[in-house]
Amino acid sequence: MLYLQCAGLTRRPWFEGFELELEEREIIVLAGPSGSGKTTLLRAIADLDPVDSGEVFLRGAERMTMAPSEYRSKVIYMHQTPVRLAGTVRDNVAAITGLGVHDSRAPDTPPGLGADQDANQLSGGEAQRLALHRALLVDPDVLLLDEPTAALDPDAARGLEATIQDWVRAGHAALWVAHDPELAGRLGARMVRFP
Amino acid sequence: MSPILLDPGALALAALLVLANAAASLALRLGLGRKLVTAGARAVIQLLLLGYVLVLVFESDSPWIVIGLMLAMAFVAGVEAVRRTTRRVPGIYKSSLGVVMVSSMAITFYALFVILRVEPWYAPQYAIPILGMVLGNTLNGISLGLETVMAGFDEKRAEIELLLAHGATRREASREVVRRAVRTGLIPTLNMMVAAGTVSIPGMMTGQILAGEDPMNAARYQIFILFCIAGGVAIGTVGVVFAVARLVFDDRDRLRTDRIRHLR
Repeated sequence: MLYLQCAGLTRRPWFEGFELELEEREIIVLAGPSGSGKTTLLRAIADLDPVDSGEVFLRGAERMTMAPSEYRSKVIYMHQTPVRLAGTVRDNVAAITGLGVHDSRAPDTPPGLGADQDANQLSGGEAQRLALHRALLVDPDVLLLDEPTAALDPDAARGLEATIQDWVRAGHAALWVAHDPELAGRLGARMVRFP
Repeated sequence: MSPILLDPGALALAALLVLANAAASLALRLGLGRKLVTAGARAVIQLLLLGYVLVLVFESDSPWIVIGLMLAMAFVAGVEAVRRTTRRVPGIYKSSLGVVMVSSMAITFYALFVILRVEPWYAPQYAIPILGMVLGNTLNGISLGLETVMAGFDEKRAEIELLLAHGATRREASREVVRRAVRTGLIPTLNMMVAAGTVSIPGMMTGQILAGEDPMNAARYQIFILFCIAGGVAIGTVGVVFAVARLVFDDRDRLRTDRIRHLR
């Protein structure tokens, strides 16, 4: 099933007429030089920034027909540097599970992290795991990943890659911005070059 | 007991006291001499002018002139509240004016019609000072609230966008920033109520006592005006903070901090 379709997305001066089709259980790696607008594109697809023209369809439905909060809970943009909310790991999870768009559920802790750990004391890898855990709790269809492993050591990076790959195989999809030229090969993913 | 009238000679004697400031400026080489003269002269001219305007308004006995003056006062306060802030967002003046008009007028009319039941309702002796006290304080609350809420959206952008990106509505994502701004706007008024009568005798009460009013009645008036101020500040601060929380988001609930302009 076609999960995400971008048709003629334009935001000058970064991209003009960007097209993309992302299928269920698919990861597309988006590669391109720094400053070419990859982050801008992900943010525009996530509807966090406006576009000049073009359309985005989620499972066949144009996103403007959905409430912004509904669409953004299905297509989640994960920041390049994980955002840590003030407080503990538990507070960080509860801030997301407490949103009205989700079924209220007990905030559980990401594996390997303590609920009472101060979010600002986490290492880069831990913070990234927390961020991924928060995103998956929302049960999105698509993740928009902005170089999530760029600041991690190789072991932590492979671990995160495996988690995301498993999640995608379970019936989701991801658009993954990366600098690592070997990532697409490791994930068995299609690579799209960004101009 | 009728109050002692201050004639120009008495005011001149009072002006001697400003010499203490001049002495400090000279002794410590503060270079404030010119500023001191200007400030003193401005105070004299502005207050005497205000006195003349009020005499004219009092003598006119016209509701239209009273309402006109009230609207002018609220207009100046609405503009001044924004001018005191260091950030601007398109639509901020309109919002501030609207909120100041509604909050200060609502409080003043409640005081005139419901609490005091003044006859006629527009009696300037009541309408103008009440509105003036409410405006002066609402102005502070509003500009504090405005400054804090705009700074909050600027500084908490990443946190707010994180919540938005996980399906938060505009309201959910801005809740913390809004809360902090409203709290900041209300605190000075709360402090004022706590300190009233212990640290100093409040200005209005002082004035009434000097004018020969019974101190108990002066105290009651001071309580009444404090509550009017508290109400005005609350409505005004909540109003502008919510207005800004609308202005920095677009129709798709995107946080548009690019709309916030820094002045310095």
